[in-house]
Amino acid sequence: MEFAELIKTPRVDNVVLHRPFYPPVEGTLCLTGHHLILSSRQDNTEELWLLHSNIDAIDKRFVGPLGTIIIKCKDFRIIQLDIPGMEECLNIASSIEALSTLDSITLMYPFFYRPMFEVIEDGWHSFLPEQEFELYSSAISEWRLSYVNKEFAVCPSYPPAVIVPKAVDDEALRKVATFRHGGRFPVLSYYHKKNGMVIMRSGQPLTGTNGRRCKEDEKLINATLRAGKRGYIIDTRPLNVAQQARAKGGGFEQEAHYPQWRRIHKSIERYHILQESLIKLVESCNDQTQNMDRWLSKLEASNWLTHIKEILTTACLAAQCLDREGASILVHGTEGTDSTLQVTSLAQIILEPRSRTIRGFEALIEREWLQAGHPFQQRCAQSAYCNSKQKWEAPVFLLFLDCVWQILRQFPCSFEFNENFLIMLFEHAYASQFGTFLGNNESERCKLKLQQKTMSLWSWVNRPSELSKFTNPLFEANNLVIWPSVAPQSLQLWEGIFLRWNRSSKYLDEAYEEMVNIIEYNKELQAKVNLLRRQLAELETEDGVQESP
Amino acid sequence: AALGTLYLTATHVIFVETAPDTRKETWVCLFSMSSCHIMFVSLMKYEELYCFSFNPKLDREEREQGWMLVNLSEEYKRMGLPNDYWQLSDVNREYRVCDSYPTELYVPKSATAHIIVGSSKFRSRRRFPALSYYCKDNHASICRSSQPLSGFSARCLEDEQMLQAIRKANPGSDFLYVVDTRPKLNAMANRAAGKGYENEDNYSNIKFQFIGIENIHVMRNSLQKMLEVCELKSPSMSDFLWGLENSGWLRHIKAIMDAGIFIAKAVSEEGASVLVHCSDGWDRTAQVCSVASLLLEPHYRTLKGFMVLIEKDWISFGHKFTHRYGNLDGDPREISPVIDQFLECVWQLMEQFPCAFEFNERFLIHIQHHIYSCQFGNFLCNSQKERQELKIQERTYSLWAHLWKNRVDYLNPLFRADHSQTRGVLHLPTAPCNFMYKFWNGMYNRFEKGLQPRQSVTDYLVAVKEETQQLEEELEALEERLEKIQKVQLNRTKVRSKQSEPSKHSGFSTSDNTNTPQDYSGNVKSFPSRSPSQGDEDSALILTQDNLKSSDPDLSANSDQESGVEDLSCRSPSGGECVPSEDSGKDRDSDEAVFLTA
Repeated sequence: MEFAELIKTPRVDNVVLHRPFYPPVEGTLCLTGHHLILSSRQDNTEELWLLHSNIDAIDKRFVGPLGTIIIKCKDFRIIQLDIPGMEECLNIASSIEALSTLDSITLMYPFFYRPMFEVIEDGWHSFLPEQEFELYSSAISEWRLSYVNKEFAVCPSYPPAVIVPKAVDDEALRKVATFRHGGRFPVLSYYHKKNGMVIMRSGQPLTGTNGRRCKEDEKLINATLRAGKRGYIIDTRPLNVAQQARAKGGGFEQEAHYPQWRRIHKSIERYHILQESLIKLVESCNDQTQNMDRWLSKLEASNWLTHIKEILTTACLAAQCLDREGASILVHGTEGTDSTLQVTSLAQIILEPRSRTIRGFEALIEREWLQAGHPFQQRCAQSAYCNSKQKWEAPVFLLFLDCVWQILRQFPCSFEFNENFLIMLFEHAYASQFGTFLGNNESERCKLKLQQKTMSLWSWVNRPSELSKFTNPLFEANNLVIWPSVAPQSLQLWEGIFLRWNRSSKYLDEAYEEMVNIIEYNKELQAKVNLLRRQLAELETEDGVQESP
Repeated sequence: AALGTLYLTATHVIFVETAPDTRKETWVCLFSMSSCHIMFVSLMKYEELYCFSFNPKLDREEREQGWMLVNLSEEYKRMGLPNDYWQLSDVNREYRVCDSYPTELYVPKSATAHIIVGSSKFRSRRRFPALSYYCKDNHASICRSSQPLSGFSARCLEDEQMLQAIRKANPGSDFLYVVDTRPKLNAMANRAAGKGYENEDNYSNIKFQFIGIENIHVMRNSLQKMLEVCELKSPSMSDFLWGLENSGWLRHIKAIMDAGIFIAKAVSEEGASVLVHCSDGWDRTAQVCSVASLLLEPHYRTLKGFMVLIEKDWISFGHKFTHRYGNLDGDPREISPVIDQFLECVWQLMEQFPCAFEFNERFLIHIQHHIYSCQFGNFLCNSQKERQELKIQERTYSLWAHLWKNRVDYLNPLFRADHSQTRGVLHLPTAPCNFMYKFWNGMYNRFEKGLQPRQSVTDYLVAVKEETQQLEEELEALEERLEKIQKVQLNRTKVRSKQSEPSKHSGFSTSDNTNTPQDYSGNVKSFPSRSPSQGDEDSALILTQDNLKSSDPDLSANSDQESGVEDLSCRSPSGGECVPSEDSGKDRDSDEAVFLTA
């Protein structure tokens, strides 16, 4: 077994573990192929089970013969292990380093994980594109499911099945694909039942410096407009960035060629700018020595909330065009795999009540992130503590979850899921025993045979015992559009993620529990009252029957 | 936006919309328009204030009862006073010693009138050390005073004896903390004016401590800066965070909290008594004593207890309400948001201990509103003496009675008297957690409905609890009836032949059974949307009520309004042409405009 070579010292005794809010624990440290395990003799509950893939960075320190390893996790937690013996410590550290940065996906834990629970519903088949399309079908006469990308030949980052206008055949789609970045031709993202307007998404058009055009592309997106209607193209880049993209063969839709469309440029940041923002934010959250003032300026300097505001604003704009202006929209940035997906998925949260349910939100993530080809493997390889400057890492998905949390905070009764659900998704996107977030797109997932070889996150989450942890007790179905405020005063730092390991949540947890109790008790009483009412009614009709003759 | 006519009356600005079908009226009490100083009417005499003309249609007896609701004598009794160590002193009867102090004061038993009077002569404005809070469990106390007139070297034997008497009134501890809540530099500067702070060498067994809370002028400017940030038109995130930081407001809040935490710890963990003062002992001292008491004493975290706390540490001990909140045309340099800061400290604590307080955020906001509104007499004048001279209690009404009457609106649904958070001392984390203190959106943007969370968890839970109570009652009634019927049936099976008798019962129960589930849930749904029970006399509150109730838990109705569904129908079909920012949505306007700014 290859792991054995990497594990030089599989076991060390008398290791002391330091964690936030817990007293230090002494125990035996064991390294396995995928886990770092600390077990204390006294109490089994004090055990630490940490996935190597959750480790973002480690630091070593030595004081005499005592070595200390500081482990920084992708979920922002920092733990410390005091290991007696310099050699053991060095061995452990190098093993952790090697095991946490395996370069082959098939060596990762999901390929070895065997579930201890009974699978009630296989999550790999919970959200098939055909089923999702079914949900629309009654309302859609102008759209069809196309399998033009069945072999991933037309667009490597698209799923085999996509929804496109009925009026456009597969041949035209192939042509359009050559005109869009990464072959990402415009596809349906969301259909607004209320007025039949749609959100489409794509990659940037490859107009280049000489203003190339593509008749099929123009036909395709015009096919989505009703007669006499206009649409909006939301480009998530500022105009100058879009203009610069022409030099590299990219570009944007020219008014002359798309006269029925009005283009709006927004500026959602990408890649390293977001990654640096996250690094700065987590750094200032962990820094407890500063005074009150420095904290605010550090929060400001991280720009995290600025990104949140920008993304939410763009999503609100998209939703507004759709719902209030009655116009269809096309969203793209450069590749159409990051900011584009943030905008289209958040717009759906705002517009579509179903996406605020647990099931609907899972479907949204499956459709708008996994199937839509957000490169999770690249984006979530490292988190806030990583020093290596990989170009592809960016907390795009975390920003999306944060935006959802902001809306949830403003509409605490309109979501079926709670904050823990969002935190859980964040954790699993970065390190997981499930295969759901592995790979960068459907094509890669197919090649990896994830469906056969790994377990889906949804198989686990959608079991009643897990669901109960993620259900919002305040939820009352709200069939309306929910417009969040994007003013700075209304946006807050997501403490549940960023201060999770820096502040005790004891009193807040107690409050949550109290809230659950209040609602549970009410439901219990309601059930009792209903039962009694029924009993009474039965008795009384019996009475009546007996008396009537 | 709406078109309408503005009416200016002596006490209110009234805005009447011209839209013929609504003619909605908005009333704003002049005194609550703090950010609108241009319109401020200068009133020179108390008699012109609104509370003297405000008449909530209560008779004399009801009014008197209202003033009796909060009773400080009872509060001292609740603390366990008088006892072997503390006694009620009559030294300040007819305000002979100190005109800004109340007449009812507790002092150590061993402090004779001679010592008290001597000490008072050595203290700014003769505000001698007197008891603010007494901890029954360990005899430790919190006392308050003004700064000593020590200059560079002056001493006063009686003052030294006074402090010793306070220390000795706590047999559990052999020292006394003296906390000067000013920054050390300010205190030192005061020495040049013949004032200053206690010299540890002159007082036996005291531990002296500075806690740097800035003075009223710094606080006034800080609030001004923060309000400017709040009023920015579509600020960027950076504008907002920079502005908030530059205002220093949260730093000041933290300083007050730190002082309160220090004192609460001294009392609860070290069992030591504490004497608190600042310069005159009526601003920072009031803040710090009341924050510490709140941390220490669960009673002050109840509705009634909180009123008592304000009555004790603020009203009776001569916090200068008229000067600080500019109720009459006075020196603008005297105005400062001192009690606002205290109320904010309470809110910050509520955020961290969501189950610990019996009241909710709305309670704090309404108290703040009425401190400025001058609708009730409680916060008039600068001292008890002045209030007595003006016969405030005979001529105005008490806010406490008004709040108590409407207490349903102010309850925190998460509060449970037997919950662990509600009992004992509130322990804040020792590590310096800078992020603990947050911007109070609910207060400073309370009129910007669009900036508030659109659904209120508090209101939702209150509605659920009200429904639960009804269900409990119904359950009991149903059980009773079920039992009855079962008995009747039992009887009937025994005497089957007699058919006329049970029919009466059946008739009774069917008529009772008209309360169908549908009807019932309909009733429940209507709970939260009921109008606040203030009655129409409470005109000044209409505006606030509207805004505070913005998160009406009748969710569907509310979101409907928010989502602007009703607007959509009346939009012109040519909407496709126009830019989204031309949207005429009401409170969404500001947000949506923001979406488009590139």
